[in-house]
Amino acid sequence: MGALQNRHLIGLEHTPAEDIQKLIDTGFTFREVLERPIKKVPSLTGINVVNLFFENSTRTRISFELAEKRLSADVTNFSASSSSVAKGEGLKDTIQNIHAMKMDCVVMRHPVPGSCLQLSRFVDAVVVNAGDGTHEHPTQALLDMMSIQEKFGKIKGLNIAIVGDICHSRVALSNIHGLIKMGASVTLCGPPHLIPVGIEDLGVEVNHNIDEVIEWADALNILRIQRERMGIGIIPSVREYRDFFGITEERLRNHKKEIVIMHPGPMNRGVEIDSSIADGDQAIILDQVLNGVAVRMSILYLLLAQEEEGGH
Amino acid sequence: MISKLPASLILEGGNLYDPFSDTSVKANLLIHNGVIKQIGKVKPDKLAKVIDCTNKIITPGFIDIHAHFREPGREDKETLETGALAAMAGGFTTVCVMPNTDPPLDNPESIRYIIEKSADLPITIHPIGTITLGQKGEELAEIGEMVAAGAVAVSDDGLPVQNGQVFRYALEYAQKYNIPVINHAEDIPLRNDGVMNESAFSTRLGLPGNPDISESVMVFRDLELADYTGGRIHVPHVSTKRSVELIRRYKAKNIQVTAEVTPHHIGLTQEALREYDTHAKVAPPLRTKTDTEALIEGLLDGTIDCIATDHAPHTIEEKEMNFIHAPCGMIGLESAFALSHTVLRQAGASTEKVIQWLTSKPARIMNFPLNGIEENSPANLNIIDPEEEWEFKPEHIHSRSKNSPMLGMKFKGRIQQTISGKKSFKS
Ligand SMILES: [Zn+2]
Repeated sequence: MGALQNRHLIGLEHTPAEDIQKLIDTGFTFREVLERPIKKVPSLTGINVVNLFFENSTRTRISFELAEKRLSADVTNFSASSSSVAKGEGLKDTIQNIHAMKMDCVVMRHPVPGSCLQLSRFVDAVVVNAGDGTHEHPTQALLDMMSIQEKFGKIKGLNIAIVGDICHSRVALSNIHGLIKMGASVTLCGPPHLIPVGIEDLGVEVNHNIDEVIEWADALNILRIQRERMGIGIIPSVREYRDFFGITEERLRNHKKEIVIMHPGPMNRGVEIDSSIADGDQAIILDQVLNGVAVRMSILYLLLAQEEEGGH
Repeated sequence: MISKLPASLILEGGNLYDPFSDTSVKANLLIHNGVIKQIGKVKPDKLAKVIDCTNKIITPGFIDIHAHFREPGREDKETLETGALAAMAGGFTTVCVMPNTDPPLDNPESIRYIIEKSADLPITIHPIGTITLGQKGEELAEIGEMVAAGAVAVSDDGLPVQNGQVFRYALEYAQKYNIPVINHAEDIPLRNDGVMNESAFSTRLGLPGNPDISESVMVFRDLELADYTGGRIHVPHVSTKRSVELIRRYKAKNIQVTAEVTPHHIGLTQEALREYDTHAKVAPPLRTKTDTEALIEGLLDGTIDCIATDHAPHTIEEKEMNFIHAPCGMIGLESAFALSHTVLRQAGASTEKVIQWLTSKPARIMNFPLNGIEENSPANLNIIDPEEEWEFKPEHIHSRSKNSPMLGMKFKGRIQQTISGKKSFKS
């Protein structure tokens, strides 16, 4: 039995609140390590971790790689072509390769929902989901929650709004599961047709009026609006999006209230968020990046170091 | 496995059920060289093999009006021969095969090819021709020539006929040949890239949803066109409550519409996808409990006419792909009766009613002869134990493909033996 209830981290839907809290708290311990002159601990010496990325995500991969190296793990990077994903190939061969390479842990990013669960059923290694399409991205949600806790000293009782294209977001679901479990109130705000069907079942409110949402919220988690979706009949124009959902300097000034600004990155400055807001005092976007490394260290440590101790 | 029937066979003590007249009679049956020789009192014969059919129901062989046997083109998934074996294992002695093969059955030559190729098989196979050339939805195929060659219906199954004008022509033109036009009802732009039923559950799984309206919008169009043209449509694999309600409304107006439901759409819901099981990925997708209840109600009140399998074999390799890329479809012949019987008995239907949905009802849709079990006709029947409880296991699958989400399910009601002419399949 490891330090956490589940052997893998596939998503927050099935992660109990105690474990989420433990992951965040341990994240703060590693955050201290990251502030030291020598930023390395020997916790995962001799542990083999492979970062398996079926789609480009430089930021997430670098964050994981840094976390793994800080924990002294042996790191292998493996990027598969996106064309093999398009043809539906890859997973089975990959699974067999992982068997052959005797990996202890697989960090996987895959565009298809459910891929990490599939992987976890076929490999002995511990699986960490680094984003499976529009399903879950638990490490992002954990770093977001860690950043909220750092800022407010708590999560419970806070009003958190998630703003943008919820339908196509890879981070919204995990954030919703995590925040609700930790006792926050969550409101989603975005164009009505980009709010997924039945999302209220997860315990969130939906409000399409961004100004009402700003009045209500303690923090805004602003999602990236993909430019590919602009002007192809889904989002009519940048101008219109900014007028009705954009977190602009002018809009925030009108509200005359303290509000914390988050963004999972990469940002489209001047689209969903103004540059001045992203770089301003209210934003904790750079803390999110640092906490990302810390919480990923926490995840790997709790899943792997403890498992070794328990197993021998 | 399929074996040769003994020269003389007596079925003793069973209940003969005739779904065409809905009558039951306790009678013995003498079968000689694959032909029913005597019904009622049968003289004991020392040379004959006797099967005790006490408490069993003897029915005509089942008819499936919707199966995919993949020949020609994808013989690695199924052939006419392996499909026939799967059919026998499920009690089906007549099967209509869909034309979405490679190349598609869109001309009289390919229709003749299927008929000739299946002539020696233990079941009767009736090909369905395409509505349009190459299933492209653009130009009508040679429907008249295909019917003359033996096609019993037309369908572009797998692909809906999106263009309303093309479908109008098909409905008007096919009337001349007195065959049903079967349209796989899905509005493609509305389906979008959906891979499962759109719902709070698809949101939870992060999978793109295919809303129930993508079916009902197309069903509505087809019903309106049938009403306007006087043509005859058959709606395959109805999966939503909305479609059931539309079909009910138009049947009340005496529009020429018939409909089928698959065993999996009444027996499974989207919950089967909880672990991203690609075996349960199917088109149209598994829906909600509200839908399965409406489908069952539709069968019970006659809105839906019959059960058809949509038996759709796929290779292991294809079903091992990720959920987005794995193909849609599941095999169904072997489990069709038992799954339907289990679900429908629970819903209050009799075993006899379930048998009708698998025999007399589909026969009417396809204009097949309405004959029950008669003297001097080829033996073509099932011996059914309506009470046997059993678990569906891999060894019960005889299709070349194994893609069934029903494995491990517990069923009530089992086909003990299927006899088709001189051939027999014993479970
Ligand atoms: Zn179809």
